[in-house]
Amino acid sequence: MAKLLDKQRYKCALGAMQTVQAIERALPVLHSGPGCAQKLSESTGSSGYFSPNIFPCTSINEKDVVFGGVKKLNSTIENALKVIDADLYVVLTGCIPEIVGDDTQEVVSRFKDSEKPVIYAPTAGFKGNNYIGHEQVVDAIIDQYLEKTDEKEKGLVNIWADVPYQDLFWLGNIRELEKLVAELGLTPNTIFGYKRGIENINKIPKAEYNLLISPWVGLKNVKKLERKFGTPYLHYKTLPIGATETSKFLRAVAEFTGVSKEKTEEVIKKHEDYYFYLIERYADLFLENRVINKQFSVVSDAHYALGITKFLANDLGLVPAKQFITDDTPQSYREDIKKEFKELNFGIEAEAVFETDGYKIHSQIKEHDYHGYPLILGGYYEKELTEDLKGNFLNISWPVQNKVVFDSYYAGYSGGIRLIEDIYTIAVQRFN
Amino acid sequence: MAINLSNSNIATRENRIGSITGYVGTLKDLATQSSCGTLKGCSRCFSQSSTCLSSCGLSQLAAIRDVAVIHHGPAGCSVTGASAYYMSKVMAKKRGVTSDTVYIGTDMNENDTIFGSTETLRKVILEVNKRYSPKAIFVSSSCATGIIGEDIDSIVEDVKEEVSVPIVAVHCEGFKSRIWATGFDIADHAVMQEIVQPPREGVVSNKINFKNFFESARPEIIEIFKNFDLEPVFLYCNSTVEELSHISESLATTCICGTLGNYLGNALEEKYGVPYIRSINQCGIKGFETWLREIGKVTGRSEKVEAYIASEREKYLPQIEEVKKELKGLTAVLGMGPGYTFEVSRVLDELGIKVVWALAWHYDKKYENGDVPPSMKYLLDNDINFETSVSDQQNYEVMNILNKYKPDMYLSRHPGSTVWAIKNGTPAIYVADEYMIFGYKHTLEFAKSILDAVKNRSFEENLARRSKLPYTDWWYKQNVDTFFEEAK
Repeated sequence: MAKLLDKQRYKCALGAMQTVQAIERALPVLHSGPGCAQKLSESTGSSGYFSPNIFPCTSINEKDVVFGGVKKLNSTIENALKVIDADLYVVLTGCIPEIVGDDTQEVVSRFKDSEKPVIYAPTAGFKGNNYIGHEQVVDAIIDQYLEKTDEKEKGLVNIWADVPYQDLFWLGNIRELEKLVAELGLTPNTIFGYKRGIENINKIPKAEYNLLISPWVGLKNVKKLERKFGTPYLHYKTLPIGATETSKFLRAVAEFTGVSKEKTEEVIKKHEDYYFYLIERYADLFLENRVINKQFSVVSDAHYALGITKFLANDLGLVPAKQFITDDTPQSYREDIKKEFKELNFGIEAEAVFETDGYKIHSQIKEHDYHGYPLILGGYYEKELTEDLKGNFLNISWPVQNKVVFDSYYAGYSGGIRLIEDIYTIAVQRFN
Repeated sequence: MAINLSNSNIATRENRIGSITGYVGTLKDLATQSSCGTLKGCSRCFSQSSTCLSSCGLSQLAAIRDVAVIHHGPAGCSVTGASAYYMSKVMAKKRGVTSDTVYIGTDMNENDTIFGSTETLRKVILEVNKRYSPKAIFVSSSCATGIIGEDIDSIVEDVKEEVSVPIVAVHCEGFKSRIWATGFDIADHAVMQEIVQPPREGVVSNKINFKNFFESARPEIIEIFKNFDLEPVFLYCNSTVEELSHISESLATTCICGTLGNYLGNALEEKYGVPYIRSINQCGIKGFETWLREIGKVTGRSEKVEAYIASEREKYLPQIEEVKKELKGLTAVLGMGPGYTFEVSRVLDELGIKVVWALAWHYDKKYENGDVPPSMKYLLDNDINFETSVSDQQNYEVMNILNKYKPDMYLSRHPGSTVWAIKNGTPAIYVADEYMIFGYKHTLEFAKSILDAVKNRSFEENLARRSKLPYTDWWYKQNVDTFFEEAK
């Protein structure tokens, strides 16, 4: 049902064009109105090999609404193949063709013998948000592009984590997760970012395992991969940030994939030693400042809300106030996610609130007693609110206006250190 | 033009003033064909993404202080709300004012496309009104709500009594027009319909309406206009509903960009007799002077204007002449909206830079009053001609042209366009700030900026050397109009 979407923090399913954009040399071909790509893109960090303003688009007009846009779609795909050099063409539908009933699948099937693969994902805006759209795109790759194989590569692990672009740190995070998994002696395989692309997509069926690091986004995909290729998956719900969670994560991955305890503990010790060398040096900063209190709230998708809550509670000893999950998590996952927020050190439980109405989020933040200056990690919408409350604000979730991120990350041991740096960079600029 | 303020729907630029988005030829041919009525634009069987008219229309409205924009549609349509929030905060801060403008979506889903959601929309409007007490409410449709026939006009009519502030339906279906500037007209139409009031009796004003984008030159223009005893009212960024309600009392309306201001200017003239300044725009020396003189004429302040022009000329002309020596002989390709491309072409000509190709993102054969746009008329009267195409930001066409002509610079006004020129190795100048070439001072700065851009090509060369372009060799060998077909 339609609802009041105040201070919105996600896009529509067609926003998954950014998932395609994150796959090197994969090109979204839009069957949509002329301006969807521009609306759904970020104004910075989008000028890669392909940029949103060069995505081929049927640019549906009034006549196509009446008579259908099938012919235009055909010529758009046909000429996209001629004009633009890509490895994979992903046709994405917007609202109009799905309402007027264009048979996109049929048109796309006409290109099954073309030199380059052309696939199709239904991503009409009203079908869900861009988290759902992201899953649709990955599903389309699994269903329409990947072929069954008996060949398995020993130790090969597909890693699925963030939703590209929606997550500011998608590139850095996935690289850091790869590094950690590789240190266990496994071979990570991911499809997003620099030099991954079609070759890595081709390797997906050969993996021994799928590793999903996300509270809910992508679960559908790894289940599909299990059905199609018999690849077992580990669903690790928390984005590991900092020592406590990352060590836990490494142990879980090692156990699932049969990596020896000895090897795992060796990796963990090496990281923890350095991590706590840094933490020890800066413990003075955590303890002896006059602006950061114990209570914090995160306003973000489930992925970051959970990851950051666990980090700040279990590593830094902060105390979670309400945590706001803004990704419109499907109902079926909610209870399970709520439970995760209740498993913190010392029996501490965080209350996770699923809320897409920013007004209600702001009201609850204003009402809460943070025992002093609140620490709010959220979207740009929380900046002014936090300032009004004399609190500390860090822009970690979409929309982002306070930060430029190329390939920085919060995942892993050193990601935790980066997050601490960001929080205290704000804190040291104040004195109370 | 006959504007009909009793209907919330306005015709698109294509239908109203015969605007086109596909043409390749020369400036002279384009003008001749427009004036004798034979110009027929082309459509394309292959195109790349461009811009949605709702982004233009609703961003304009969301720039007004303390209003509510309610965008009825899926979450992708109302995503503009995120940038609108940011813009209203930073723009207000820049002015030292506050704005509590909100931009709300309705996150319409599949069920709504089958069963409709006007009842929810009604509740959303009332709740937003209760939460924020906005000074005006704009309720917009989207492609999806437009196609399934959500009757936003009736809903707006229904809640009118309950909300007690101006509320108006805004029809922003993105498929309506390939010309995003239609969105500007839609915003103007909404403002004219519900916000602007008839002039109050006995009010004597020295105000002049100034339609612009982001009022970056506001303090400077206020100072300039003091010389003529005129007070500019900048629209719509940081406008208040109260201010807007009285723009019918102003002495005249002017704008920084004909594409942006044309509808409002004509509507105010037609409805309330506020003269609309129709001249070439303020870019460059010729433009600035012509524009000021027209204002002087219309508002009866010619003497003061002439005195100002004389003093400024003395200060700036020698400096501009000096820079011109270094610019002479450089070549340029430019791609901008028609409100700028034919104005900036004139300035480049003035500076001694040769325009080899000008792309206009669309082209209005005539303005609302039926005249050929003044910028075109000027170029023709002065016998300036160059190759021209009309292309709704079709980047592959721009790249084809840049690859063939290898100009010394590419000038563009739209996000996402300059990077491509750079990757081609062409220095690019991003003319985003609408005041970048305004008047003597900024014309001088513009000339110097061009010189800087052309002088240090390190960034362009570094990037061009290392990046592979996504267009195939096949495409570079084709004519620019390969995918044109007869307009349907």
